[in-house]
Amino acid sequence: MAPSADIAIEPIAPIEPPAPLAPLHALPPPFTDSNLEVLTQGAEALVYKTTFLTPATPCVVKYRPPKPYRHPTLDKRLTKTRLLAEARVLVRCRKEGVGVPGVLAGDWDNGWLVLEWIEGMTVRKVLDEWADKVKRGDKKEGDDEMLGVMRKVGRAVGRLHDIGVCHGDLTTSNLMLRQPSSSTEHASPLFQHRGHQTVSAMREAAMDGADGSEPSPPQPQSELDGDIILIDFGLVSQTIQDEDRAVDLYVLERAFSATHPAAEPLFQKILTSYGESFKGAKTVLRRLEDVRLRGRKRSMLG
Amino acid sequence: MIALGLEGSANKIGIGLISHPSSNKPPIVLSNLRHTYVSPPGEGFLPKDTAIHHRAWVVRLIKQAVRQAGVKIEDIDCICYTKGPGMGAPLQSVAVAARTLSLLWGKPLVGVNHCVGHIEMGRAITNASNPVVLYVSGGNTQVIAYSAQRYRIFGETLDIAIGNCIDRFARTLMIPNDPFPGYNVEQLAKKGKNLVDIPYAVKGMDCSFSGILAAADILAHSTNEALPDGKRLKTEDGEIVTREDLCFSLQETVFAMLVEITERAMAHVGSKQVLVVGGVGSNERLQQMMGMMARDRGGTVFATDERFCIDNGIMIAHAGLLEYKTGITTSLEDSTCTQRFRTDEVFVGWRD
Ligand SMILES: Nc1ncnc2c1ncn2[C@@H]1O[C@H](COP(=O)(O)OP(=O)(O)O)[C@@H](O)[C@H]1O
Ligand SMILES: [Mg+2]
Repeated sequence: MAPSADIAIEPIAPIEPPAPLAPLHALPPPFTDSNLEVLTQGAEALVYKTTFLTPATPCVVKYRPPKPYRHPTLDKRLTKTRLLAEARVLVRCRKEGVGVPGVLAGDWDNGWLVLEWIEGMTVRKVLDEWADKVKRGDKKEGDDEMLGVMRKVGRAVGRLHDIGVCHGDLTTSNLMLRQPSSSTEHASPLFQHRGHQTVSAMREAAMDGADGSEPSPPQPQSELDGDIILIDFGLVSQTIQDEDRAVDLYVLERAFSATHPAAEPLFQKILTSYGESFKGAKTVLRRLEDVRLRGRKRSMLG
Repeated sequence: MIALGLEGSANKIGIGLISHPSSNKPPIVLSNLRHTYVSPPGEGFLPKDTAIHHRAWVVRLIKQAVRQAGVKIEDIDCICYTKGPGMGAPLQSVAVAARTLSLLWGKPLVGVNHCVGHIEMGRAITNASNPVVLYVSGGNTQVIAYSAQRYRIFGETLDIAIGNCIDRFARTLMIPNDPFPGYNVEQLAKKGKNLVDIPYAVKGMDCSFSGILAAADILAHSTNEALPDGKRLKTEDGEIVTREDLCFSLQETVFAMLVEITERAMAHVGSKQVLVVGGVGSNERLQQMMGMMARDRGGTVFATDERFCIDNGIMIAHAGLLEYKTGITTSLEDSTCTQRFRTDEVFVGWRD
């Protein structure tokens, strides 16, 4: 038997990468001719900033374009299921008082949702900026402000789990820290009062043009004072299983340590505050240890 | 500097010699030889038989590789071998060969993480500077990105590896193992056209393939050509579902999952480059799908051909030499193997 061997006796010639074509960002109707600017291209959606009904009401259009690499049948099925799951859970979370953007409109056949605008930034960005400051010596590691943010993250995830929802894609890109002034003041006149969740009520509120002319609350202490808002619920599941909850935390933990190695010690704070956030959270934390162990032990062979 | 690399973590034994020119020039492959153990149809490769295969071939391949490289033993700086992860017995048989050479020739040893070998080789060949890496093979499914001196795992399979899933699916349909099951599935898939529902399981940046195997059993049964037409699985339009359709559906589904988790990682770390490594990375449909995703994000996909995608000795030589140049060697006492060796355990001292 001769060896079925490859013979390569030459310097390795680098493969020239093909020139990237401009990505296609055509919006579906009714936005087709709207000239909206892409705000970000997330993991599966394109996010555009615009206004809803009145110019004073900012919102985002979250559009899941058809994925060119995916078989059209599979693509339609996934887009529709995820969009509907996201919309339903957002409505439910809002009713239960969990911090999420409200749903204003949607079309599952064309793959878009219009969501309340959250003024602020992703926790991913907050941590990056913080890490830069630590590097420059402006901030020290484990400082109280940052621990405060972590505490709020733990509590927010705990609240979510408590109402029987597991996020399915908890990363720091899918957590937003709302800018403090806006959370109490004029950020979303549409969603100021609980009980105003029906679409018609939102429209009315929007038409009223509530524009933040209320008395301002005391000046915020720090830009890290705002609320944590959970976003991006496409992979959500409604469950109260400890296992699912633990996996949610495990996903966040790994995203955390992979993206923010310097901030890894902060993650502990998320867990502590999660542990205190609802009855049953302690059991989830114990389950998390099993899930971790399984991850480390996961056989890497066929 | 020149390194000899020995790889044998699965059913292939690979021996290669690489040279890193002193300046900033690209590495030069001096020789790259491989021999594959093919198991009988309907069976996977067992550790014991695979180890016997590797032991039978190792000396012959080393001799041939050194001769082909045209180097003298004195010119070789270090002996690099795969420390893990992989199957115990095959890993050990190759490690014994590496230790023997080290003692015989008086050269230092460098134990290499197989996954890091794939990543570094892929980077060297494609010139991708800082890509998100999809590592897909018979035993591994990981989405990896570099950060702070480590290759960090962003997502991975929650149960079996993608290659393993394809192989077992193929076996259920009695698709032959020669040259390898994935290749045959790929050829059959080219003739398929009907998409059958196969479980699609993505959780964040992780995915799961075990549900597919359960479905495969049922599908294999209902597409059996021995069944009367009335009992066979049909599409909504009443067309009979063929084996080709099943291979097509399998690929469309599992590759969509892989591309999706890769895209999620790219979005999260803000990268526009993706590098596909590992044996399954040689699948043209996967490369094509990854290319479409990357283009949609204004980015690029980098892939290597089967000489470097499929397990080989060169990648072990290359990654080992990178580590050797940072002053690290593996002492004889520490030159063990380990079946489990996670990618993020390696301190990557050779990158900024
Ligand atoms: N309601 C919102 N207000 C402000 N920014 C948002 C909002 N929703 C999403 N974004 C921004 O768009 C990005 C992508 O949105 P996301 O819902 O996470 O979609 P994807 O599934 O594509 O990740 C987020 O990381 C965030 O920066
Ligand atoms: Mg997101």
